[in-house]
Order: sequence, then structure tokens, then C-alpha cells
Amino acid sequence: MSMDTKTLVDWVLGSDAGFWWRFAGVAAAWALPITLWVSLVGLISIWLERKISAHIQCRLGPMEVGPHGALQTIADGVKLLAKEDLIPDGADRMLFALAPILAFAGTFVSFAVIPFGPDLIITDLDTGLYFLAAIGSLEAIGVIAAGWASNNKWALFGSVRAATQVVCYEIPMGLAFVTVAAVAGTLSMTEIVEQQNGMLWNWYLFRNPFMPLAFISYYIASLAECKRAPFDLPEAESELVSGFHTEYSGMRFAIFFLAEYAAMYVVSALAVVLFLGGWYTGIAPVDKALAASPLWGNVVGALVIITKSFALIFVQMWLRWTLPRVRLDQMMHLCLKVMVPIGMFVLVFAALWQALLPYAGALNGREALYPTLGSVTGLVVFLVLVIGGWMWVRGVIRATTSYKTANYRT
Amino acid sequence: MLSDSTRTNAVTSGSADLRTEEMLLNMGPQHPATHGVLRVLVRTDGEVVLDCEPHVGYLHRCFEKHCESVTTLQSVLYTDRLDYLTAMGNNWGFCMAVEKLYGPELVIPERAQYIRVICQELNRIASHLLAIGTYGMDVGAITPFLYCFREREKILTIFEHICGQRLNYNYIRPGGVAYDVDDAMLALIKDFCGYFLPKVDEYDDLLSGNDIFVQRTANVGVLSAKLAIDYGCTGPVLRGSGVPRDLRKDQPYGIYDRFKFEVPVGRGERGSVGDCYDRYMVRVREMRESTSIVQQALKGIPAGEIRSSKIKAKVRPPKGEAFTRIENSRGDLGFYVVSEGKEVLYRVKCRAPSFHNIAVLPEISRGSMIADLIAIIGSLDIVLGEVDR
Amino acid sequence: MNRASIVADVRKAFGERITEVDEAALEPFIRCEPATWPELARFLKDRCGLDMLVCLSGIDRGKGVGLEAVYNVERCDAQRAGIAVKIRVPYEDAVIPSVETVWRTADWHEREAWDLLGIRFAGHHNLVRILCAEDWEGHPLRKDYKSPDRYHGIKNNVV
Repeated sequence: MSMDTKTLVDWVLGSDAGFWWRFAGVAAAWALPITLWVSLVGLISIWLERKISAHIQCRLGPMEVGPHGALQTIADGVKLLAKEDLIPDGADRMLFALAPILAFAGTFVSFAVIPFGPDLIITDLDTGLYFLAAIGSLEAIGVIAAGWASNNKWALFGSVRAATQVVCYEIPMGLAFVTVAAVAGTLSMTEIVEQQNGMLWNWYLFRNPFMPLAFISYYIASLAECKRAPFDLPEAESELVSGFHTEYSGMRFAIFFLAEYAAMYVVSALAVVLFLGGWYTGIAPVDKALAASPLWGNVVGALVIITKSFALIFVQMWLRWTLPRVRLDQMMHLCLKVMVPIGMFVLVFAALWQALLPYAGALNGREALYPTLGSVTGLVVFLVLVIGGWMWVRGVIRATTSYKTANYRT
Repeated sequence: MLSDSTRTNAVTSGSADLRTEEMLLNMGPQHPATHGVLRVLVRTDGEVVLDCEPHVGYLHRCFEKHCESVTTLQSVLYTDRLDYLTAMGNNWGFCMAVEKLYGPELVIPERAQYIRVICQELNRIASHLLAIGTYGMDVGAITPFLYCFREREKILTIFEHICGQRLNYNYIRPGGVAYDVDDAMLALIKDFCGYFLPKVDEYDDLLSGNDIFVQRTANVGVLSAKLAIDYGCTGPVLRGSGVPRDLRKDQPYGIYDRFKFEVPVGRGERGSVGDCYDRYMVRVREMRESTSIVQQALKGIPAGEIRSSKIKAKVRPPKGEAFTRIENSRGDLGFYVVSEGKEVLYRVKCRAPSFHNIAVLPEISRGSMIADLIAIIGSLDIVLGEVDR
Repeated sequence: MNRASIVADVRKAFGERITEVDEAALEPFIRCEPATWPELARFLKDRCGLDMLVCLSGIDRGKGVGLEAVYNVERCDAQRAGIAVKIRVPYEDAVIPSVETVWRTADWHEREAWDLLGIRFAGHHNLVRILCAEDWEGHPLRKDYKSPDRYHGIKNNVV
């Protein structure tokens, strides 16, 4: 794939078109489809969430509107549109109106650097990852503004919690970004994906023995960034009524809702790009064949990346409907005392692995073995982590089975 | 994995130049976690609860006043509305007080006694299922709630078949029960017991053994045995504090002395004795014990009458005063009845367990966080219907 | 420790100040004057070990008799030995000393008895209505209570 024509707009207009032409081109070619796509992602994930939660909970979920309730979300959207738009007395009206837009914009802009296929990216910034890390915090500002502007104590609690949580979890998330950047040697999204070409074990998830840890740390941090369970403290409906959007109704609430689900897609797609091989299927011959045809490469690539993202979204939902919520201090503890040290450790050792090992004496003359060594150890560590985690959970559960002892009396 | 220091101290000092302010927070009467219309006035410093004060009375329905104006038999109907999750127990408690007025000559038929035990224990399971389910929801786990409702639904269906009602049964009447139970029904109950026990293991997997759940509940809201007794707490709240008091064992009413069962008490398995986890665990274990009691009762149930012939259609208790208590799912439910020998009772006073259990809230929630306060209210498992009466 | 020994102990310690003892009644009770009650309560709790106030029932005994408070106290052990204490006060001077410092559960119970029957508990730290609204008038469980026709403009439709 050529790096000359980076985007569709460049391809159509040529890179020497005037600013306003390019602006209009971007708007027409990208902003509109992305808006549609964000809405579609929202619709699909809200429906998925309903169905998945329902099936986890031995229910059917929405069944009436459309086949298996597929149009329920649209019906709800229409309902929300028709609802009265309430602004509480004493609210900061301007901020109150601005907050949902801010929250949504933060997520929306992130789509600019998230690729859908080898050529399907709005702008492949050289600093794509950096841009994402920077713009991703915008949503938190919207949330904080919402809580503050509502003039409601519960909303204020929610927004303060959101601020605490997002600021905390930016750190492990950023560390995971830096780890990937250190291994990849670039911040450009497409380049990061291209480096994961080849078989499954070429993905950054398995690139070296520390990357599985980086992935898990990123995934947990992304749950917190999206305010998903077990880190749904800013909303915490049983504690804070609805948290920061307690006072929001109608369309403003719907925008918050949409922003949340769009953010879920963003973090999942990012995880796919950074760790799970982006648009590559993980089977080298298939990828090679696809790369030969730009059309099929992009179409299948987009399908692959979307499928992988929705698989991660499914895990997010699965976790949400299984786990209780952690408490504020436990959330901070997990971040600052567990995940930040792990992130640091991973960053340092991944960097060392990347920079030093090829030149260490041990590999002298056998540098070709180096990627294999990384992949094998990466796979082993990944399996150990998964199996160890599973056994740990079983162990905790089994420790509770003391209920089987007949005599409860002290 | 998570923090060990689960109890946060109220830190108000901070640095000298950081001005902090206390905040007065009004939780309820409409709040998702107050289990009804409880209103708790919370004084907080940030997320730390400095003090709280429960305000009750939003669901006051003049139960005692009603009982002074309707007949004794009609009053049974009003008792359903007290602790609406254990209406069988309420019926029984009230009827027991009325029956005590009749003196020892009044003998409740054997079959009625067995039916009462079966219904009461099934109702206890249903009530504990709801308590556990909503407790999971309070700490953020929504799925166990629906699992619990799946089982509760089966019990309610059984009750619907027995007495035509799913919530307010009005089934246990002075002198016996309202309708007989047929064999098909007993077989259904037997099936339910076999079905239910493995399900309890499921809750243990989802909640009791969940590390986040343990971290959220262990060492939170520690209620000492002394404080619990001083506040008159009973039921799972008192037993969670390690006091093995259960009226079914201590003063066996009905025919409870014929059954073998254990009284689970809190042992501080994951934290200290009397924390939220202990109160929760007591309920889980009581469900197993109740199932065992139902199974034993099903084996022993005889044929025969279901109502004593001594009590006529017009219930007119003899002159006197009686105070009786039963072990309801939330604690000792007592009725103090005064009769003038008329069809209408002179005075009925209800001693509601939740009324005592919620009063202890300020004592055990000081210095905890707002999230803990929710966990504590949930672990006390109050029903505002009987707090406010 | 059973009921008989509690009654014997109380009789020994208080003698004439216990005005009535009925052990044969359906609900055995002892009766005392309001003035004796704080001392008796302390005695029951500290000496007899009756550490749980199970119930406080206020009863309107009708014209000529007055209001009565019935305290059911018991020992929180396997035997659950307990006794009822009855205290009678006239309508015009319905004051009973509070025992909220002896059994803390008395706090809410006394508020309830004040709310519904108008028995005042002297020494209670916060004797305000608990079940009825703060601005409610009258004490509903009194036998001479008349339901108001209106409350804050809401018409009472009950015939």
C-alpha cells in the first residue's frame, strides 16, 4: 500500500487543493459517513447490550419492535426526541447545554484516527496515538461539566468520581500506548497495524512476553475510561441515582448515551489496532491475497476490524452484567498501586526486550530467531495469564464453599 | 487484588490551605437503593459519611388504627401489607396472638400446623431471595437479582396455586389456614426443593465467591453483638453479629420443635464478625435450612382438618391481652393485642423487626463511604412497609 | 434466670414501689409508677440482665383510666426469659421518664408512642413525630381522636 495517497480526500482532490475544498471534501467524504457510523454503532451496541444482558439474565429482552427487537433503539430514540427538554432551576444553562456536546465531540473526533481498513482512515496522523490520548480526555470534561452544571449533589458526586477515575486511568492507558509505541517505533495507526502483518502470533498481543500484560492493563483501563462496570462509579445507579446525567432528559440524555456507546467502540477498535492485528485476519496467506486487491483488502479489512471490535465490546458487556461495582478507594488502589507499577514494569522490560535483546550475545548470529522467540514467549505468557486468572477466580469461589459444612454455630 | 483497607477513616483535616466543606445529602425518599421510601439525611465530607439519620414514616398507612376499626378477621388482611415480602409470616404472627387469647383449649389441627410451616419457610426463602438479589444490585451486580427472581417466581406460583395470591396471601387465619393443599401441590413443592438447592450454589458462585463483592461487603458496617442487642435488632441482622438467637429454636412456636435445622450465625469469614458479608451469608445459609425444614414437613404432613372448629366464622377473641412473636424473615415479628371480647380488637401493636434494624444504621455507617452506606442499608434488608406500618 | 426469679428479685429490691404483679395473666406483668421506672429499668437491665427491649406498646385505656405504656423486656439468650412492665399515666399528665439511655431501641419506640398516643417521655433527646407528618395534629391512636376533614387542602373522603 502506498503512503502517498493517505486518505480518500487526498486521492480525489489531490493534495494541492485549497483548504476550503479539502475541508468540504473531508466533511462530505468522512464526517457524514462517520456520523452515520457512530449512530449505527450506537444503535447496534445498545441493541446488543439489551439482548446480551437479557440472555445472561434468563430473559428475552426487547422482542416487539422489529425482528427480535432490533428496532427498539430507534423507537426509544424517537421517544427521547419527543420528550420535554428539562433544565433544572439553578443550573448553569450554557454549560448544561454544552456538556453533552463536549462529551460526544471527544468520542466523535477519535474516529478521525481510527482505521477501518488499509486505506479507510480519515487522517493517518504521524502522531495518531498521541492525538487519541489527548482528545480522549475531552469526554471527561463534558462529563465533569454535566455534573457541575446540573446543580445537583448526586450529579456532582458523579462528576467528581468521573474526574478522579478518568485522570487515574489515563496513566495505565498511556503507559500501554507508550509500550506499543516503543515496540512499534511509530505513532501512526496504519503503520502500527502494518507491523502486525503475518500470522496470528505476529500481533502485538504476542509480540514479546510483556505485551499480554500491557493488553490486559489497557483493557482494564479502557473499561474505566468508558465508565463501564465494574468501574461504573460515575453513574452507579444504585448509589448516585444516575450520577452525572441525573438531571438530563430527552435528547441531551440520548447524546450522553450515544457518546458512551461510541466510546466503547473507540476503545475496542483501538485495542484491535494496537494489539489484535487491526485489519489482518491473522492468517498470512489470506492477508497476502487480500492486500493484492485494494477493494477487497479494504472491505474485508473493515469487516475484520469491526468484528474484532464488537468481540471486545461483547466482553465489556459480559463483564458489566457479571461483576459488582468496586468502591472509589478500591478503584484508585487498583489503578495507582497495581496497574501503574505493572504498566511501568511492562514498559521498561518491553523496551529492553525490543532494544537490547537482538544485540545481546545470546542471539549472536541467530537474529532470525528473535521474532519467533518473542512470539513463543508471548503466547506462553498469555496462556499462563488466562489460565492463572481462571484458576484464581475458581479458587476464590471455592474458598466460599465453606457453606457446605453442616454446623454453622460458632 | 483490591484494597485491604476497606474501612476508610473520616479524614477532615487535609492540608491547611485546602478548604473543605461538609455537605448535607438527602438520600431518598426516592432513591434506587433505599428499598422503598426511606429517607436518610447524610452529612458527608466528600465521599465519607460523617453522620446519617434515617427518617421514616413516608409509608405510614395507619395499620394499628385500621385494626381498631375493622374486625379481627379483616385485620389479617391488613397484616399482609406490613412486611409484604413475608406476608405468610405476618398472617401467622397476628393469628398466633389472637389464638393465644383463646387460651390452651384452642388446638390448631396438625395439618394446618404443617401447612403453616411449609408456607412460612417457602415465604422465608422467597424473601431472602429478594434480599440477596437486591443486595447484589446495591453493590452493582444486576444479574443475580434476576436469577433470584427466577426462583422466587416459582415460589410465588406455588402460593398462587395454594391461596390465589402472589404477594398478599391472607391465607393463615385464626384457628388454621384458609384452604387445604392438595397432593399435587405438595408434589410441586417437593420438586421445587430439589430444584432449588443447586441454585443456591449458583448465587455463591456469582456473589459470595466474587472477590469484588467480598471486598465491598467484608469489614463494612460492622455491628457488634452488644450494639445489636441494645438496638433490639433481630433476625439475620442479629445472627450476622454472631448471636445464635432464633425464636424457632428458643421458643418453638407452632411445631418447629419437630424439625432438625441449624441456626446460621456470622463468623467473620472474610472480615470481622457482624459485617455486611456475614449478614448476607446468614441469609444464604438460612435458605438452605428453610429448604430442609420444608422437606421434613412434607414428609410428616398428615391428613385431616385445616381449621379448628372452636373458632367460628365470626372471630371474637375472649377478653385479655397477649403478646406473641414469631421468627419472620427479617427478625422477631411481635403483635401485642388487647381484646375486649368483641369482634373488633381494642388495640393492636405491631413490633416490626425492620423498625429496630434500621434504627441502628447511623451507628454502623459513620466513617464509611457513600457506597458503603448503600451496602449497609442493603445488608439490613428493611421493608418500609413494616417500618412505617 | 426465669420469669419467677426476675419477679422475685424485683419485688425484693423495690418492695412497695411495685404496685401490681400478675403472674397468672396471659401476659404476666409488673406495674409501677412512672417515678420508679428509670430505676426499675436500670435494675432490670443491669441486675436481671434483661438486655433487650422487645416492644413498647402504648395503649389508650379509655376515660377514667388513662394511657398505658407496656414495655416487653427480655434476656437475649436461649431461654429468653422476660417480663412485661406496665406504667399507667393520666391523660392530663401523660409523662413517663424516658429509658432511651438504658435500651437505645427505646428512642424510636418512645417517639412512636408520643406520635400516635401522645405519651410524653421526659428526658428524651429528640421527642418528635416519627410516623405521622411533622405538622400533624392530634394523636391518632387515642380513642377520642377525630380524623381531620382536611390536611393541607387535601380533602378527607373517608366517610
